[in-house]
Amino acid sequence: MQDIIYDVIVIGAGVSGCATARELARHEGRFLVLEAADDVCCGTSKANSAIVHAGFDARPGTLMARLNVEGNALFDDLERDLEFAFMRIGSLVVCTSDDARPGLETLLERGRQNGVEGLRIVEREELLRMEPNISDEAVAALWAPTAGICDPFGLTIALFENARANGVEFAFNAPVTALSRDGDTWTVTTDRGTFRARCVVNAAGVDADTIHNMASAETLTIQPRRGEYELLDTTAGTHVAHTVFMLPGPMGKGVLVTPTVHGNLLVGPTADDVDGKRATQTTAAGLATVRERAALTVRDIPFRETITSFSGLRAHRAEHDFFIGEAADAPGFVDCAAIESPGLTASPAIGRMVASICGDVLTRNDPAAFAERADFDPHRKGYVNLHIVSEDEWSALIQADPAYGTLVCRCCVVSEGQIREACRRGARSVDAIKRRLGVTMGRCQGGFCTPRVLQILCEEHPDLDLLSVTKSGPGSEYCVAPVKAPRGGGLDA
Amino acid sequence: MAHDTAADVRTLTCIRCPKGCAITVTLEDGEVTSVTGNTCPRGDEYARKEVTNPTRTVTSVVPVHGSATCSMVSVKTAEDVPRDCVRGVIDALRVVSVEAPVRIGDVIVPNVCGTGVNVVATKNC
Amino acid sequence: MPSPAITSTALATYDVVIVGGGSAGLAAAIAARDAGSDSVVMVERDDRLGGILNQCIHNGFGLHTFKEELTGPEYAARFIAQADERHIERLLKTTVLDIRRTDADSNPSTPADSTTPADPTHPIDVCCVNAERGVFHLRAASVVLAMGCRERARGALDIPGTRPAGVYTAGCAQHLVNIEGQLPGRRVVILGSGDIGLIMARRLTLEGATVACVAEVMPYSGGLKRNIVQCLDDFDIPLLLSHTVVNVEGERRVEAVTIAQVDEKSLRPIPGTERRIECDTLLLSVGLLPENELSSAAGVSISPTTRGPLVNESLQTSVPGVFACGNVLHVHDLVDYVSEEAAHAGASAAAHAQALRDANANPPAATPATPDLELPIECANGVRYTVPTTVAPTRMGRSLKVRFRVSGVFENRHVSVYVGERRIYHKLRPMLAPGEMQEVILVSKQLEGARPGEKIRVLLEEE
Repeated sequence: MQDIIYDVIVIGAGVSGCATARELARHEGRFLVLEAADDVCCGTSKANSAIVHAGFDARPGTLMARLNVEGNALFDDLERDLEFAFMRIGSLVVCTSDDARPGLETLLERGRQNGVEGLRIVEREELLRMEPNISDEAVAALWAPTAGICDPFGLTIALFENARANGVEFAFNAPVTALSRDGDTWTVTTDRGTFRARCVVNAAGVDADTIHNMASAETLTIQPRRGEYELLDTTAGTHVAHTVFMLPGPMGKGVLVTPTVHGNLLVGPTADDVDGKRATQTTAAGLATVRERAALTVRDIPFRETITSFSGLRAHRAEHDFFIGEAADAPGFVDCAAIESPGLTASPAIGRMVASICGDVLTRNDPAAFAERADFDPHRKGYVNLHIVSEDEWSALIQADPAYGTLVCRCCVVSEGQIREACRRGARSVDAIKRRLGVTMGRCQGGFCTPRVLQILCEEHPDLDLLSVTKSGPGSEYCVAPVKAPRGGGLDA
Repeated sequence: MAHDTAADVRTLTCIRCPKGCAITVTLEDGEVTSVTGNTCPRGDEYARKEVTNPTRTVTSVVPVHGSATCSMVSVKTAEDVPRDCVRGVIDALRVVSVEAPVRIGDVIVPNVCGTGVNVVATKNC
Repeated sequence: MPSPAITSTALATYDVVIVGGGSAGLAAAIAARDAGSDSVVMVERDDRLGGILNQCIHNGFGLHTFKEELTGPEYAARFIAQADERHIERLLKTTVLDIRRTDADSNPSTPADSTTPADPTHPIDVCCVNAERGVFHLRAASVVLAMGCRERARGALDIPGTRPAGVYTAGCAQHLVNIEGQLPGRRVVILGSGDIGLIMARRLTLEGATVACVAEVMPYSGGLKRNIVQCLDDFDIPLLLSHTVVNVEGERRVEAVTIAQVDEKSLRPIPGTERRIECDTLLLSVGLLPENELSSAAGVSISPTTRGPLVNESLQTSVPGVFACGNVLHVHDLVDYVSEEAAHAGASAAAHAQALRDANANPPAATPATPDLELPIECANGVRYTVPTTVAPTRMGRSLKVRFRVSGVFENRHVSVYVGERRIYHKLRPMLAPGEMQEVILVSKQLEGARPGEKIRVLLEEE
């Protein structure tokens, strides 16, 4: 066991954990984030709709409603400080029958109560101008101009890199196996050693109930709810201009159709409660449902352009609200749990709220603890985006580092220079590169670039070779053996 | 495509070129008595050989050291070898590595598996 | 990408810029040079010429071109040697970013959807990037598109299940084995019986892996017969026709896949026929798609069937001066045909450059000549597509090879060509399969007397 006693240990490096870490970093103290996977953003945060919700959906008065609207409002500043992709493109909730109109009115009213600005109902004619491919059945829609889309990987990675730059420590491949409290000190046991802290934050996503129930007698249950998606090529990316929802039903928000910040078209999700917490497989039935239900709001979706399908698990709780706060029977143990949709949107506000609760815990015993730091640097430099640099800017980058002149990913226009930069900032697997730069996410799905990406990973990380380099951490190696044992012989063998 | 010596009629797909002609070979007492369906002499030759002594070209790669551009050099048997020797050739290559430079046609393994056929490089490294 | 104003004097100007230095690009470059173009350059993103041939270490290339059986690297080396002899310029590790016609001010014009079409006699701007020169521009009288194709990936098939490591396209696995020298798995299921999949079945078996089966959704193989014989039959690898993969298992690495029989008509899995196969690797050889993102951005019209550019008898696309050949035009079965087609495109590109030079030296009279008669080629009755899709009898030379593919397996059908109601070609083919490219040769004499509005039709007939 280390002698260090951390002020706060955050369990889970998804978007909530990383947002919390960055908010903690604004204060004096020693902070550690423990992550079971090999990288940040490997659970619920990586496979979702990537929507920045306006906030008309959640029940007024819930934590979900408040943090959604607060979080949404923080995105502009966050984008400026952290340089991740975010576009406030607006959303439409489409109503396809006059009978269902009261549902739109209900949403409009709920949105106003939640403090969402700019909401109004658009009639078919205007709707058709906004979305020429809207369903022939569409009669009206709720227009929410404050809604947006973002890059959930980009956001989480930016929060992580900024927190780390400000002194927060991160340990990966460190799943938590036990939690115990001795007086004011928590002991966290992981596969990578034991750590102690005055305060523990449970941001473990779908596993947050397991972690919570290690610390508290008041049982928490998280129900993994699977959502399946189809991602279409950029050739289909302009099929809709805004995020198009169906009027919500009893199983979530229904299937949405949206452009992504990478220029693709995303369609999904389904909503199926599943047994396993790793049950992120797609199903033939689920993908068929996605296609059928999407057609209810948007016509002629070119599913021929599908480049991949995926699914993610939402950390659902029966009460359908975020579960944030210090456990009554476990002082110093702070839950940040049941962060399901709109968790991504709310994450900046969640980070603030959780960090503030940690501050309360720490100052309880030491009023001088957790003082604001004057030297906190809120800014993080994003990765170069070759889609938006000018020719002169690109040439200047190449002059400084010729690796920016060699393209590796032809589909998403990513150079060797960016991949090496991602490696230097800590990416150690192909999926880690993918989440930072989009490599292997394009239309060839890695068919062309994977071998080159493997080589670069091995060159940048001397402890890796072609046999040990992985897709997403230990157990996901690409190669099993050299085809020939390089020994002896030569020409006279 | 089991090879037996009983008198019979066999249909083959010619592999001498990508056209893939369907060839019918008639054998009596292990002797080829007729070949039909081929569209070129190579097909006739292939069919007779395939039912009596099938052969294949073997291709693989072996490690090359000291090359700036390659870590493996591709190789082939300079001529066909008996089909039964294919795995033997691969096994023989398992212990071979070469030093750059290598040119196309360089002998990598002479008389591989006693077939009288050399394994040669097919790439300049 | 906004580009600063560029003066043409600062730019390297070529007769022919060839995008791609694989089998198509090499043959096009050589032919363009031999047809009289002095300045030809190949722009290749890899660090060597030869393209995908470099990883195709198996034999079977070159029977038509060189009358002997070569491996892929050897076939490439023959062409590279020819390019070397001719001192043809090449830019390696260089990616083409954009192809546009220049406007009256000699700046790259706005792309395809521009309302005022650019003057087709203006040079074409080719924007490139590499490590030595940064982002830079070339100018060309003619451009040959020779970018090749990519493999369809898992997503295009919507195979359900988990997304672990161990799912590779066959070509990616081929690269790992033949270029990197690494075995991607020990127990393998291959989906799709395209040629690369068949080749990889043998390759992996020889290097010590076990290939459990090759599943093919269609009732026939998409690969060449010879590959089924020498890659599967030789090693007793079962080919399961009318089968597909319906599930992938494994959290980190593939642990098993489930295959099922499909209905021959709907191609949908038949419930109850599922079979689980433990394996650590799933290889996909489920089709190739021409890589035409650059072409589309340049305003080139794309065929929805081939996903390659629509071309005329000179292999010129809808954009004057832009030609296409090889797998970017349509997916070929044999590299020999790629080389032959690319040589045609290269020669056409050189002729176009020469014509522009001539026109600049002797500006044409004010009254434009009547345009050449162009006959569209339509396909029907089992013929899925043709390349080219239009023919100008005045420009086709003495004869023209029309390549096509059929939509199913046909026995004892006649391939027929009609001009209007007149049948000009009729020949029995004992066997026609979608995996094999077909051709008919049109002779210019047969097209004499064709009238405006008439069509050429290529189709299969029972008698």
